[in-house]
Amino acid sequence: MSKIIDDLKYAASHEWVSVDDNGIATVGISDHAQEALGDIVFVELPEPGTTVNAKDEVSVVESVKAASDVYSPVSGEITEINEALLDAPETVNASPYDNGWFFKIAISEEADLDELMDAEAYSDHCDDD
Amino acid sequence: MGQRTPLYQKHLDAGAKIVDFAGWDMPINYGSQIEEHNQVRTAAGVFDVSHMTVVDVAGNDACDYLRHLLANDVAKLDEAGRALYSAMLKPDGGVIDDLIVYRTSFGYRVVVNCATRDKDLAWMQEQTTGFEVTVNERPELAILAVHGPLSLEKVIGLLDANKAETVGTLKNFRGAELGDWFIARTGYTGEKGLEFILPAADAPALWNQLLAVDVKPVGLGARDTLRLEAGMNLYGQDMDETTSPIVSNMAQTIAWEPDDRDFIGREAVTEQLNQQGQGALPALTGLVLEERGVLRAGQKVITDQGEGVITSGSFSPTLKHSIALARIPINSTSCEVELRGKPTPVRIVQPNFVRFGKKVFE
Repeated sequence: MSKIIDDLKYAASHEWVSVDDNGIATVGISDHAQEALGDIVFVELPEPGTTVNAKDEVSVVESVKAASDVYSPVSGEITEINEALLDAPETVNASPYDNGWFFKIAISEEADLDELMDAEAYSDHCDDD
Repeated sequence: MGQRTPLYQKHLDAGAKIVDFAGWDMPINYGSQIEEHNQVRTAAGVFDVSHMTVVDVAGNDACDYLRHLLANDVAKLDEAGRALYSAMLKPDGGVIDDLIVYRTSFGYRVVVNCATRDKDLAWMQEQTTGFEVTVNERPELAILAVHGPLSLEKVIGLLDANKAETVGTLKNFRGAELGDWFIARTGYTGEKGLEFILPAADAPALWNQLLAVDVKPVGLGARDTLRLEAGMNLYGQDMDETTSPIVSNMAQTIAWEPDDRDFIGREAVTEQLNQQGQGALPALTGLVLEERGVLRAGQKVITDQGEGVITSGSFSPTLKHSIALARIPINSTSCEVELRGKPTPVRIVQPNFVRFGKKVFE
């Protein structure tokens, strides 16, 4: 059974979002997603400074099994990326909610957050997968 | 629910993720495919391959029958225990299956793929006409493969004195019948190791003993990356009934001599070899991508001589970059693969990437 963290928000495409007091969202992929992908061997990250819209493809994960797109759950500007993943992509498997985060984004549309699921809804969503 | 091997419960106990493989519930990994892969390259791992099909061939004409049925020549097996890799061909040269055949005290033991079981058995039975031969499937047998640089010493330490002595002196590509166990120095990983073909009832105890000496369970996921690194074809992916051995890097497994041996497909593959010599047929070769990204089966390859396709591709855990097998125009010298919309140069190499834990291509 994969782990779902209570106070995060989740996209249907299996990204998680954590928003701090300054309106900066940290984004990663869920435990369910990393488990489904299997061992991750490459991660491609967006350029800091890029402006993106919610549901844009911004990142790519390649596992032993398949390549998979990662979508931005919210609109805004990419402020920081987790460069450690470039050399140690397996961190995403080991620590999807913590050291395995992908990028941070300054949210431009607060309303995007309302489109996301809470932990309970995401848990049901995973069961339907 | 699919078919299950005698080790199904053992897989669950070891934390396996179970997937459907040609109708069988098989372990794809027990947590991390890459760790399991590295375990086999650096220590020792055990695979349950009991889903594969064991067929015993016996009777006065067993040798003549197999010399007709197979593209390689079992007459090379001059004593019991010796093993041979071969394709089984259709008259048009298409590969029905690839297999290992061992010479035994009773005749021959053939191990074929599980996904092709039904058509293989039907074909083998059909070809018995005119031969005094029996073809018997042995579904009551399990198969465990133990591979890795430490595999032999680990296994020898577990066996009784008689078995240990025999296994200790077994040469590569040879097997021995020890009571109702058959133990052979064959495998599908590019590492040294052993395959045990044994009664289903004996398999769980051997599995437990192996795990107790730190031989770790390895799933079908790592089995695939190990065989790809070793440059070994996977039936259904790198070759099938629509491709001949000539375009599948298997020409060297065809025994052309003696030239009066009438094996099924001989005329077709002889003609195809000529055509390939004239540049009219492609070849299966190796590809290496040294930058980021992963080559995948089905991706189109563009070479200086035309177009081709990747038949197997993955990340190589040993080399830390992607490798692939691809069927491309003969004499290609440069090539590109479109990766996520971007044409990316890849290197053409001999289709053999890793042996005994080390990189082997230039």
